[in-house]
Amino acid sequence: MERDAEIQNVMTTGQSLYHRWRKLKNHGMTTVSGLCLLVAVVPLLLIFGYTLYQGASALNLDFFIQMPKPVGETGGGMANAMVGTAILIGLGALFALPVGILAGIYLAEYGSNPLGVAVRFMADVLSGIPSIVVGVVAYIIVVLPMKHFSALAGGVALAILMIPTITRTTEEMIRLVPQSFREAGLALGISQWKTTVRIILPTALKGITTGILLALARAAGETAPLLFTALGNRFWSTAIDQPIGSLSVFIYDYAKAPFEDWNQQAWAAGFVLISLIFLLSLIFRFVTRSRYGEF
Amino acid sequence: MGSSETVSPPQTTDMESSTEKQPPEGHESFPAKMVAREVNAFFGKTHALHNVSLDVPEKHVLAIIGPSGCGKSTFLRCLNRMHEVAGGSMKGTITLDGQDTASIDAVDLRRRVGMVFQKPNPFPTMSIFDNVAAGLRFNGMHNRKKLEEIVERCLRQAALWDEVKDSLNKSGMSISGGQQQRLCIARTLAVNPEVVLMDEPASALDPLSTAKVEELIYELKSNYTIAIVTHNMQQAARVSDMTAFFYIGELIEVGETKRLFTTPQKKQTEDYITGRFG
Repeated sequence: MERDAEIQNVMTTGQSLYHRWRKLKNHGMTTVSGLCLLVAVVPLLLIFGYTLYQGASALNLDFFIQMPKPVGETGGGMANAMVGTAILIGLGALFALPVGILAGIYLAEYGSNPLGVAVRFMADVLSGIPSIVVGVVAYIIVVLPMKHFSALAGGVALAILMIPTITRTTEEMIRLVPQSFREAGLALGISQWKTTVRIILPTALKGITTGILLALARAAGETAPLLFTALGNRFWSTAIDQPIGSLSVFIYDYAKAPFEDWNQQAWAAGFVLISLIFLLSLIFRFVTRSRYGEF
Repeated sequence: MGSSETVSPPQTTDMESSTEKQPPEGHESFPAKMVAREVNAFFGKTHALHNVSLDVPEKHVLAIIGPSGCGKSTFLRCLNRMHEVAGGSMKGTITLDGQDTASIDAVDLRRRVGMVFQKPNPFPTMSIFDNVAAGLRFNGMHNRKKLEEIVERCLRQAALWDEVKDSLNKSGMSISGGQQQRLCIARTLAVNPEVVLMDEPASALDPLSTAKVEELIYELKSNYTIAIVTHNMQQAARVSDMTAFFYIGELIEVGETKRLFTTPQKKQTEDYITGRFG
């Protein structure tokens, strides 16, 4: 058979001009994606490094175990704010996780109907609502009826911010699980609900965890919706019906304060907040790591 | 339909409702476990199966052959109502021991009519043991001792026990494709189904694993009713007692395997089994 000259030319493995061009392109694209990776990672490292650099002088044991000192006194710490942030995220997760995960399951497994389309659309819109507006909503539905600011109100505001992220990632991750596992479960006479919860959900767990983490991390850094819900508190409080301090609100207050040492403490708080999120990621990764690697 | 040699298969008393409808040709001797009458299956507007009437003989192997897209998998999936899971719909009746499958709860039906798929699909987050135990566990059996017993028996039945008995806690994905498929067969057997449907169970396997699966099918038929879809006519000839030939959504011919392969009665069947079209 005659070999097509053009194909021969393209497929030849020699040192033709085309061959060299192809290699060049390959290297070029590898370099470009490598550079993009750097661009994506460098800001994180810069922020991490800069907050540490600025806040280092305020970072000491006292910062973690002491309460804020009154204006004019130096030293003190943000123990209450750290506990406050943990409580607020905890409350938010308590409300948002069941709702978000169950809604995600509904959308993925039963959601190919008008209701599903509507819920999906609304979740997307909700995730785009400015957080300060969510704060106002929580103010109206929790703070006004209770007649005072509270950790509970802050938790509700954070939950509203978390729900769409959790819902949509849960849905996406469940959808990624191959249909064959679903069929295998059903074919064993396992009900659809059990198939979803015991077979599909564990398979999608890693991805869902990443989504939850993103939601938690975002909530941990939220300031605006806490300003008129949890308000902030310079004193020790773990009561969920009382105003509560949080790292993000402390950063807001301390960063705009006219005192040098407060500004430093704001940087330190920023560093602690980033570290917390980092730590949270690591813990989540570790807890949900698969016994078998692949999934 | 209606060839001169048609003999009504001997049927148990509770199957009278189906006897008044015309039984398919070629059922010489085997009592039916499942009876399909005038089954039409659809995917949206696509009409995938046309008026298929076919019996699945009890404790024998029914092979369903035919070219790609002829509806043989669809028919199989109608038998345990997996067809509707993929969004399809069905008209006609299919009975299991004389009871209309449409009136049986789909979950209950699938406990009685198990299925092995084309691609091995062990649950990725579970160990080999857990894979086999899954069907029982999720239906409420937690007696560890009993589970161990059943897992061992099913793995033995699937001719996999000797290969995995020391690694029951390893991932179901860690073994070879052929072993995975036998694991899936063991998993299906664990819930003690009456009928086992196999959708091209060996098509993704190498010849050695295929031989093992075929051997297994041969052994299983003393206890189970088996329907197997296959592309491979030699396989159908080797493992089955009855063979049904589907073409473009229609049942062309059904008969005892030996008879169908030696003296096919329809031109299309003959063309297909001699390889004149595909």
